[in-house]
Amino acid sequence: MRDSFRTGVRLGMPYAAVGFVLSMSFGVLAREAGFSALQAIVMSAIVFAGSAQFAALAVLASGGSAAAAIAAGTMMNGRFLAMGMALAPSLPGGPGRRAAQGQAVVDASWALANRGDGSFDRGLLFGTTAPQYVTWFVGTLIGAYAGDLLGDTGRFGLDAIFPTFFLGILIDELRRPRSRLVAICGAAIALVLVPFTPAGVPILAAAAAALLGLRR
Amino acid sequence: MRIWWTIIGLTLTTVVLKALGPVVFGGRDPHPAFMRVVAMMAPALLAALVVTTALADGKHVGVGADTIGVLVGGVLLWRGRSVVLSVLVAVVVTAALRAVS
Repeated sequence: MRDSFRTGVRLGMPYAAVGFVLSMSFGVLAREAGFSALQAIVMSAIVFAGSAQFAALAVLASGGSAAAAIAAGTMMNGRFLAMGMALAPSLPGGPGRRAAQGQAVVDASWALANRGDGSFDRGLLFGTTAPQYVTWFVGTLIGAYAGDLLGDTGRFGLDAIFPTFFLGILIDELRRPRSRLVAICGAAIALVLVPFTPAGVPILAAAAAALLGLRR
Repeated sequence: MRIWWTIIGLTLTTVVLKALGPVVFGGRDPHPAFMRVVAMMAPALLAALVVTTALADGKHVGVGADTIGVLVGGVLLWRGRSVVLSVLVAVVVTAALRAVS
């Protein structure tokens, strides 16, 4: 467990670096949308879910209500429901302890801790999440206080980072032929739903493609 | 107050979403069929994440500078190059296309 935690920390570093840049831009955009520095930092510290934070922020920035912002962020997080279901059999302890361990899930750590046979390496999960949490917090802190110096981070092409990272993990998955059809179906479900559903729903719905695993 | 309510509400729903799976589906030996489905969750969710982040802009699906960048990064990954190099190239290509357009 301790060894796999260390391995996880090492594997998590590149994602932590990406998270640092993204959370910095979150801090900047949050201040522009009327957040105090404290609010931006508290949100990153206790929500700790990038895409949901950006989704909620977009709603608030366009004048939406708290309920609408919560709904947008929650739907963005819908995939954690599917990820938690997958992780469940690999977590020891009673319901309370399992619920607490489930909080460690973020996209990259869930994907990296996945052994590919349906089970997950818990130490790897916690280890990969740890550095990502630290840089997510520090990045927001810097963005919230020093945002004026950074300007528009969008023009740097940083939005290409996350899809490429996930593509890297996905390509490893595709070595197994059975995964290929599932990936194609998941991608198709998500793309078809994008114009018609709130952000986040397409990704959650794509989990249905995993039902293809029932075929022998 | 609108902002504080959003932070509190989103924190609660996130905690519940992350806890629900482990609480409901944990603590017993899973059925083999369940494990086969679980093993396919990663390709399904990762593929959805990749296409939505690379191709969707709000509710609009289309090719942008970032799509091209990710595509170039993907080709490098496919040919066995390191993740860091592939990401770096994806970012540079995206930024360069934005600079000239």
